[in-house]
Amino acid sequence: MTSDHAAAHIAGHDPAEIDRHVRVYITVFVALMALTLITVAISYLHLSTPMAIAVALFVATIKGSLVACYFMHLISEKKLIYAVLVITAIKFIALLALPVITHNNGYWIH
Amino acid sequence: MGPPRARVSGGAGDEVPPVKMDIPYTVEIRRDTGLTNGKIGIWLFLASEVMLFGALFASYILIRTGAPSWPRGATILNVPLATFNTLVLITSSVTMVMAWASLMRGRFGTFRLYLGATIVLGFVFLVVKYFEYSHKFHDELFPSTNNFLAIYFTLTGLHMLHVLGGMAVNAYLLGPGARLWKTNPAWFTNRVENSGLFWHFVDLVWIFLFPTLYLL
Repeated sequence: MTSDHAAAHIAGHDPAEIDRHVRVYITVFVALMALTLITVAISYLHLSTPMAIAVALFVATIKGSLVACYFMHLISEKKLIYAVLVITAIKFIALLALPVITHNNGYWIH
Repeated sequence: MGPPRARVSGGAGDEVPPVKMDIPYTVEIRRDTGLTNGKIGIWLFLASEVMLFGALFASYILIRTGAPSWPRGATILNVPLATFNTLVLITSSVTMVMAWASLMRGRFGTFRLYLGATIVLGFVFLVVKYFEYSHKFHDELFPSTNNFLAIYFTLTGLHMLHVLGGMAVNAYLLGPGARLWKTNPAWFTNRVENSGLFWHFVDLVWIFLFPTLYLL
């Protein structure tokens, strides 16, 4: 048991805290399942394409955030990781914006 | 005889002592980063992965906005199967994080069950994908058929490779890699956490791929 204790101790978590984490994981799991079914259900409503894209990406963003925040522990991570992710996000958005800019011959608006 | 002098290695007959170099900051926190090296390493890798998938998502947007018409994914792809696969991958993310939590509680047996379940769920995902692919091929729908299928096969194919990679690392941690638990449980726990970070990322990518390809 000493080695087991070491694992929990070095990481700086006590067993009660892990139990709290586990309850959060189960809640997030149920939420992700529900949101998946909601996404599929909405797709059967046959919304207009822009509306459908907006809703589907909105729900996907919520699901993605839940995974990132709780399963990947981003809700309580160190500053350096946030810094890496902010830089990544900026470049990711730039990457997605590129086709939009080029599609309109270099102008944001026709 | 004087005290033993420090020897310069390389001389004939020198007995080279076994070099033991520990990898730094596997368990202890590095002061300047506030993290273990493994943690910052896996996050930098995931940042590069965001750009890899980002480039393909950008390609998708470019191809789709440039196309005179674009099919709704549901008219070509199997939505119920993909929904099932989404639920499978989400479940595997939960079993992955539970595997890590089991180690944090010092329960190695429970860890093995959860990690084993994670690998099996990854396998289920791949099997379902195999049936989806072979059904498309049977209907003579190939990556070369049209732009929609080209980007569909590229994105899901790359994602499948990631599932396979995550399964390989998890299989190592369940098999030979698990020996580390006996000698350095904290390090092993960190390895499982880092493998989990990759696995959750693969889940996260699918969460966006599913509606983009199948539902819109």
